[in-house]
Amino acid sequence: MGMVEAILLTIATAATPLLLAAIGELVSERSGVLNLGVEGMMVMGAVTGFAVAYTTGSPWLGAVAAIVVGALFSLLFGFLTLTLVTNQVATGLALTLLGLGLSGMIGERFIGLPGVKMETISIPFLSDLPLVGRLVFGQDPIFYISIALTAAVTWFLFRSRAGLTMRAVGDSHDSAHALGIKVIAIRYLAVMFGGACAGLAGAYLSLVYTPQWVENMTAGRGWIALALVVFASWRPWRVLAGAYLFGAVSIGQLHAQALGIGIPSQFLSALPYLATIVVLVLISRNRRLTMMNTPASLGRPFVPDR
Amino acid sequence: MRIELVKRPQQSALFAAISPFIAFAITLVAGAILFSLLGKAPLNGLYAYFVEPLTEVWSLHELAIKAAPLIMIGVGLSICFMSNNWNIGAEGQFVVGAIAGSILPVVFPDFQSPLVLPLMLLMGIAGGAAYAAIPALLKVRFNTNEILSSLMLVYVAQLFLDWLVRGPWRNPEGYNFPETRNFHASAVLPEVLPMSGRAHWGFVFAILAALILWFLVSRTLKGFEIRLLGQSPRAGRFAGFSSARMVFFAFLVAGGLAGLAGICEVSGAIGQLRPTISPGYGFAAIIVAFLGRLNPLGIIAAGLVLALSYLGGEAAQISIGVSDKTVRVFQGLLLFFVLACDTLIHYRVQIGKAPAVQPKAQSHEQPEAAHGHG
Repeated sequence: MGMVEAILLTIATAATPLLLAAIGELVSERSGVLNLGVEGMMVMGAVTGFAVAYTTGSPWLGAVAAIVVGALFSLLFGFLTLTLVTNQVATGLALTLLGLGLSGMIGERFIGLPGVKMETISIPFLSDLPLVGRLVFGQDPIFYISIALTAAVTWFLFRSRAGLTMRAVGDSHDSAHALGIKVIAIRYLAVMFGGACAGLAGAYLSLVYTPQWVENMTAGRGWIALALVVFASWRPWRVLAGAYLFGAVSIGQLHAQALGIGIPSQFLSALPYLATIVVLVLISRNRRLTMMNTPASLGRPFVPDR
Repeated sequence: MRIELVKRPQQSALFAAISPFIAFAITLVAGAILFSLLGKAPLNGLYAYFVEPLTEVWSLHELAIKAAPLIMIGVGLSICFMSNNWNIGAEGQFVVGAIAGSILPVVFPDFQSPLVLPLMLLMGIAGGAAYAAIPALLKVRFNTNEILSSLMLVYVAQLFLDWLVRGPWRNPEGYNFPETRNFHASAVLPEVLPMSGRAHWGFVFAILAALILWFLVSRTLKGFEIRLLGQSPRAGRFAGFSSARMVFFAFLVAGGLAGLAGICEVSGAIGQLRPTISPGYGFAAIIVAFLGRLNPLGIIAAGLVLALSYLGGEAAQISIGVSDKTVRVFQGLLLFFVLACDTLIHYRVQIGKAPAVQPKAQSHEQPEAAHGHG
């Protein structure tokens, strides 16, 4: 396996959690709900995934449990913002703070224990192809799920009636409500989908990327996923492109650290965060374009009149 | 069962006053449940957490030490949140303030005079404010989401501090530990009551900051401008106020106070720079701001409550053996309950099937919470 292939493989592992979390958040935001709790849901997924996989020995059970916990955890956010109409920004922050706290508490006894790594799938013959073999046909299962999910969400949003309804809810909840669409129910589902995706993204970190539990192991990836949604102007395939771009930046800086190229490691570690800011600046510079792409009801509270 | 919200014709003054207390009470109940899940006697747990630290003079001093940064940052953030500027990077501004304020004692240890301390405090304020100016500038100039930019800068600041204390600023006589030299005597923030304990002047600064901002917000035109631009930017513009200037004002005030908190913590409580100088004060202060209902006087009380949770966490770990990780669970729950209870201020909550008929005109209005929305 060549050096280039190895780097490309690791880029995919760094990009997959970002992609999963961002796709989930994209759906939530398309329905008009800004959930800033991605980091919290993700870290809950990470600790659940690790704990269940470690206890049962099955990474699959870990991943499923992480999805369930992510969705349930997002339900807390949904109840506050959708039923009690609290401020979405503040509630999202609360979810993140609570998630970081809870995961730290739950995960305390798992610190330093050897994790259970999810094995990669090797499709016979195809994965032996030069260069693209391992890359396309020899990845871990969640990688394939993330790609399939991107395609499925694209289809759902732009080709299905339910997706059209959901976008209508996100663009004008008052009109949608007037048409008899169940705005709040749809938003609940979208928020829970976001939570499930974030949970799986977290489990990917603790089951594939670095199979262990470390407190705060998401290290801001949830926030980067939020930035990716803006970067992608709420379009799934652009989220994928953005996730791989960020995967490349973080893997690039890791390789640069390993090579020891005279730049302090802390500066290299700061690169993904700085890159996020730069990308956000570039993308949001054009105020009109941003306005056009943003779901018009994003973050706005909705109380049905009857 | 369904839950219906009915908008009140006007805010409920009663619930505006008592909602933080309800939230705190619910947090205590949740805490009791949490302790029993952990296999501890719930009342013992709550006692160790929230009462025991208040029973001794030295721990009251510790309370003041922990409350100082929380109040300072919290009142600054209240200006941001009130004006609808979502600065969540106070942790980074705290760190940069601490770094900027430490330049004199760390890089120029031979410069010892009564001037050092005031200069350090000013440099701390300037450092925090300058760091907060970055997301403000990006928001005004490039329309960049300040939530994400300010948060990203937290990681950058922490990494920068890490580099400093392991690299150029490492104590030459420190046996390679990642820490700077100890501050010399004239760079240490003195204690307020040296006879009884180690609480430093940071707590006094925090109270002063809260009083000044309380006066600004409730008694001056600037306060009106802050609230108006927060609740309705359009109305604010018609009144001739500039949103762009308000963004800078809010971020600079919050950043400056976070920077002051940073240098006070380092100079008063720690005495040197280390890779980690804050147990998440910048994030806990967000909870403080909301628990204090964005009112600077309320924030003093809220800061003391959150400080108590930090102390209680340490105490409970020693006395009943629960992990100090429970602190952040408590803090997160508290913010959740505060936000949920704030609903009662604007709405009546009806549980049941038959909703009361409500005149259409009222429920049509968009509810705009006092702290606005993203």
